[in-house]
Amino acid sequence: MFSIDRWQEVFDTLRRNKLRTILTAISVAWGILVMVVLLGLGRGLDNGLRFNFRREASNSIWMSAAKTSIPFQGYDVGRHLTFENRDFERAKAVAGVDHISGQYFIKGGQFGGGEMTIRHGVKANTFEVNAVHPDAIYLGATEMVAGRFLDAPDIALKRKSTVIGKPVARFLFGDDDPIGQWVDVASVPFQVVGVFGDEGGEEQERQIYIPVSTAQLAFNGSDRLGMLSITVGDADSVQAKAITKQIVAQLAERHQFSPDDPQAVRVHDNVEQYERFSKLFWIISFFVVIIGLGTLAAGVVGVSNIMMIAVKERTKEIGVRKALGATPWSIVMMITQEAVFLTGLAGLLGLSAGVGFLSLLDAANVSDFVKDPGIDLRVGIAATLGLIFAGALAGYFPARAAARVNPIHALRDQ
Amino acid sequence: MLRLAKVNKYYRVGTHSLHVLRDLDIDVADGEFVAIMGSSGSGKSTLLNILGILDDYDSGEYWLGDTLIRSLSESKAAHYRNRFIGFVFQSFNLLPFKTALENVALPLYYQGVTRRKRNVIAGEYLERVGLRDWADHTPAEMSGGQKQRVAIARALIGKPRLILADEPTGALDSETSQQIMSLLREIHETGITMLVVTHDPEVAARTDRLIRLKDGKVVDPDEAAEASASHPNLPVALPERSLTAPAMPAAAVAAEGRRRSMDEP
Repeated sequence: MFSIDRWQEVFDTLRRNKLRTILTAISVAWGILVMVVLLGLGRGLDNGLRFNFRREASNSIWMSAAKTSIPFQGYDVGRHLTFENRDFERAKAVAGVDHISGQYFIKGGQFGGGEMTIRHGVKANTFEVNAVHPDAIYLGATEMVAGRFLDAPDIALKRKSTVIGKPVARFLFGDDDPIGQWVDVASVPFQVVGVFGDEGGEEQERQIYIPVSTAQLAFNGSDRLGMLSITVGDADSVQAKAITKQIVAQLAERHQFSPDDPQAVRVHDNVEQYERFSKLFWIISFFVVIIGLGTLAAGVVGVSNIMMIAVKERTKEIGVRKALGATPWSIVMMITQEAVFLTGLAGLLGLSAGVGFLSLLDAANVSDFVKDPGIDLRVGIAATLGLIFAGALAGYFPARAAARVNPIHALRDQ
Repeated sequence: MLRLAKVNKYYRVGTHSLHVLRDLDIDVADGEFVAIMGSSGSGKSTLLNILGILDDYDSGEYWLGDTLIRSLSESKAAHYRNRFIGFVFQSFNLLPFKTALENVALPLYYQGVTRRKRNVIAGEYLERVGLRDWADHTPAEMSGGQKQRVAIARALIGKPRLILADEPTGALDSETSQQIMSLLREIHETGITMLVVTHDPEVAARTDRLIRLKDGKVVDPDEAAEASASHPNLPVALPERSLTAPAMPAAAVAAEGRRRSMDEP
């Protein structure tokens, strides 16, 4: 079917019509180029979205205690709120809450535990210390590299366990195994039970985790919590809002602030943000694909058109071939193979040009919103197969026209 | 070898149909060298197309050897054309972008012969028509006579039972025409049945038998002879059966040419 002879015929024809071949190839290559670049950009946007959400799970909601802004039951505005362990227990019981962790801000404030000195032997440095519950592992992009994360007995027994980030382990222990070793956290010894990495990057790894109960005991925390963080499973933004509202209402009841106070509890709702962004990006990607497909379709129609003209020009030749014994099938194959070859080759050129352009774009690192633009292997293979199909489609109608050439009419002398 | 029995062919022109071949009976024995003559509209092109399996007919029978050629699928028709028939055209119909050798080899390509083998065979056939040294030239670099020789080599390469030549000398000067006719006769003498459609009496004179068509029928030889007798100043005397074509003045030839392009379906 794909004999050397037929290839020879195909090359002959393409060589004989250099200008036509080049123009057709350009139109297809351009279509593929645009398609690949748009697909790559779509993917870059998607990656960018994920990158911007990398520090926290996209189904997480973070509620931190802040200041009241509405007078309530005789209390003036501007009152600082603090959560307590009982708030954690009640929130845990709320339906829809998948994982939950409280966090005690050892050094006060509203954001994280703050940096504290961590020491092992002669080595010491300051790292961020997070006093959390075991479920905290589900709230970020934390992955265990060695050992384990904090667990329920750590909390219950107020054990001095700690899980340290990779850079922390490297700094304190070098190549030694840190598991089971002791480190001083602001002069209080903790035993390393695990080492973690984080997709969010180095910043997220230069931290350590300690049990919230131990921290409250060791660092004068009583039963105070600065923040409650939950994940809501597969809940959509409406459901997530309802869950948040319920927890905030409980907090309002216990701490006597208005449940409508927009500032008393600072809510950071990843579900809603993620949903909004992914919807936006989905729409962008959708249009990107439509435009890409349109451009490609234009290219394919171009090939088909030009092949059709070529068949018209070659009527006489096809007539001669038929008179000499060419079957309709061999004529169809000749034309189709030409179209597939032309489309395929031009398409692959466009594909490589597109991939090249995307890697240039990646190297240029234009925006945080476009990250690692590119197309994966499967898309590349699908595109190649699609091209062959498109070529066959482009060749089909001209080939059919060619097979229908009537040798009597084609060979009639003018 | 070749037998047409009561073959009818109609062309639909608008709402009514044109009866082109009327109960045509033709018998050609193996190894005959036959000329088919007839004025424009006599149906000779249609006959040639049917004989060449390029066109189908409406009723009757066409036997090529032991094979009934009728209502064939396109592929089957292509196969029979490839195996049974060699064509020689007035305008040569060589593929302009292929060398003489490739042109000659083309029928073998459609027989599935390997490239190397068919080029060797094509070389031999070019040798036979005296153009071995022109194997690598394209038709544009050759004279009309040379092109027709290449076309004849191409018609022969498939070892056909029948060669159909449509005005093989129509585009050639008289000297070259003589050479081409000599070549065709030479080939005929190797035993191939040959049919030449022509309106040139000199060409017809060099064949062994003449079939005259008029209005889609074979004209009785006597009638033809009468026609010839009524034109005593006719320069051509055919050997053997002394069949001649009616003389055609130059003006009529020109008119004929115009009609051909207008009338024929």
